[in-house]
Amino acid sequence: MRGRRWEALLWLGPSLALIAGVVFYPAVALVRASLGRYSITGVLSGFVGAENYARLLEQPALPTVLANTAVWVAAVVGVSVVVSLGLAQLLHQAFPGRWLVRAALIVPWAASLIMTAKLFVWIYDYYFGALNHLLTSLGVLAGPVDWLGEDSTVMGAMIAVGIFVSLPFTTYVLLAGLASIPGEVYEAARVDGASTWTAYRLVTLPLLKPALLVAVVLNVIYVFNSFPIVWTLNDRNPGFGHDTMITYMYKIAFKSALRDVGLAAALGVVNVALILLAVVVYLKTVRWEEAGA
Amino acid sequence: MTRRAALSAAGFVLTCGVLTPYVVMLLTALKPDAELRTTPPRLLPLHWRPGNFLEVVADPGFQDWLRVSLVVAAASTAIVVLAAAPAAYYTARHRFRGRTAFLFVVLVTQMFSPTALVVGLYREFFELDLVNTYAALILTNAAFNLAFAIWILRAFFASIPKEVEEAAAVDGCGRLGALVRVVLPLSLPGLVTAVIFAFIAAWNEYIVALTLMTAPERKPLTVGITSYVTAYVQHWNHLFAASVIAIVPVVVLFALIERHLVGGLTAGSVK
Repeated sequence: MRGRRWEALLWLGPSLALIAGVVFYPAVALVRASLGRYSITGVLSGFVGAENYARLLEQPALPTVLANTAVWVAAVVGVSVVVSLGLAQLLHQAFPGRWLVRAALIVPWAASLIMTAKLFVWIYDYYFGALNHLLTSLGVLAGPVDWLGEDSTVMGAMIAVGIFVSLPFTTYVLLAGLASIPGEVYEAARVDGASTWTAYRLVTLPLLKPALLVAVVLNVIYVFNSFPIVWTLNDRNPGFGHDTMITYMYKIAFKSALRDVGLAAALGVVNVALILLAVVVYLKTVRWEEAGA
Repeated sequence: MTRRAALSAAGFVLTCGVLTPYVVMLLTALKPDAELRTTPPRLLPLHWRPGNFLEVVADPGFQDWLRVSLVVAAASTAIVVLAAAPAAYYTARHRFRGRTAFLFVVLVTQMFSPTALVVGLYREFFELDLVNTYAALILTNAAFNLAFAIWILRAFFASIPKEVEEAAAVDGCGRLGALVRVVLPLSLPGLVTAVIFAFIAAWNEYIVALTLMTAPERKPLTVGITSYVTAYVQHWNHLFAASVIAIVPVVVLFALIERHLVGGLTAGSVK
């Protein structure tokens, strides 16, 4: 029995070492940093207990950033899931050219997010961007809009890109869910005289619930963690007016004149706690012991 | 029949909607400098300039970034497979104390992108004096892409009948020999999926590279190409030519493994 234990350790060892060294150790380093005081060059100059957390609560930008994060996550995940329900329904049917649609949908998923984000900076450009030109030519807009410069439009512009890149994953998860629903269920519904919409509402949606839950919870985690879109599309704007928790943390740690390691680490711990909360919800959702089996 | 036509039409509209931004990317990459700033903006170049791609490929900066991206993605993928294969195999074949705990830990790491931990990662590598080293970036990518590879490989290993393996063991292969000569070849689709996924994830990784790799010749493509467009220079055509070069191969590879992606990303929860 004892030999078996060592045997397991041998096979799992490399994975465990990686996880311990590059996931757990940084998590510990993060917590430790959140309890310390640092010089501007990043050298630890002593421990201060919960002071960084207290300072975090006093940051004037915190309420705005929290509200931005809530709007960002809710809007991107909400719209992505609703639109993906339609897209999955479409791609679940057989029609000529379906392979092409499926292939196209892969592009925003596979492409580097930073490159897609830069692309949208160009498309949103005030003078030379395709979007203003298109909308003014169609008469939708009277004049060009500074999408990424106006306080009233930045968040919407970022959310649109967030949805654009979230659709493929969400659609594919829901497609897998649809594929798992046996066809006889629909025949039964048809025999009972249900209309298409009624069958969808009363048969498909309830059976799709597991896939839907997985899509929602995983997307909440991904979108909360999302960095390149907000970082890139919002980089012209000073201050923290349009930042989410993640970009706010990054700016405090590595950018702004503050370079405040302790404060950024405290924010990081809060972010990790929020994600852990979402993970717990996910594990409950998928009854994870079946995972990967 | 009309229903199928309607579906095709909807599919066509969707395809256009998804691809239009990337068409703008490609067409901008083909414009000469002078045509980047025209009012009103034009979709098509007046003078097509495929030479932008040659200029990017010949740019020593681009060559550095490409080399870093290839090295980091290849090395971290190799580590992922070498670490994930034995773990996936052992957990697929054996029930042992700690198995559930191990799989739980793996699943939790999958939920954590390095983003939330980036301040901790920077502290770790700063204290180890590994900032600006390949090792730091390679290990970080490997650790965070491990979970997907373990799920995918585990599913494939579990689907291979134990008898096939026992036969090989009887024929004189050891346990490890049976794994390398029988199980791995039979799980080739899973292995290919794990390799492609880990490679693309590392290829596209941004935040850790942005944070750790500050030396210009140590930046990967995702970080390096942003220097084509700054407050001082605006080479949008070069930025997008470089982006097209970086995106096209990964889209092709991604399409190859599309069937297995959802299963690995949702850890078996969508059947």
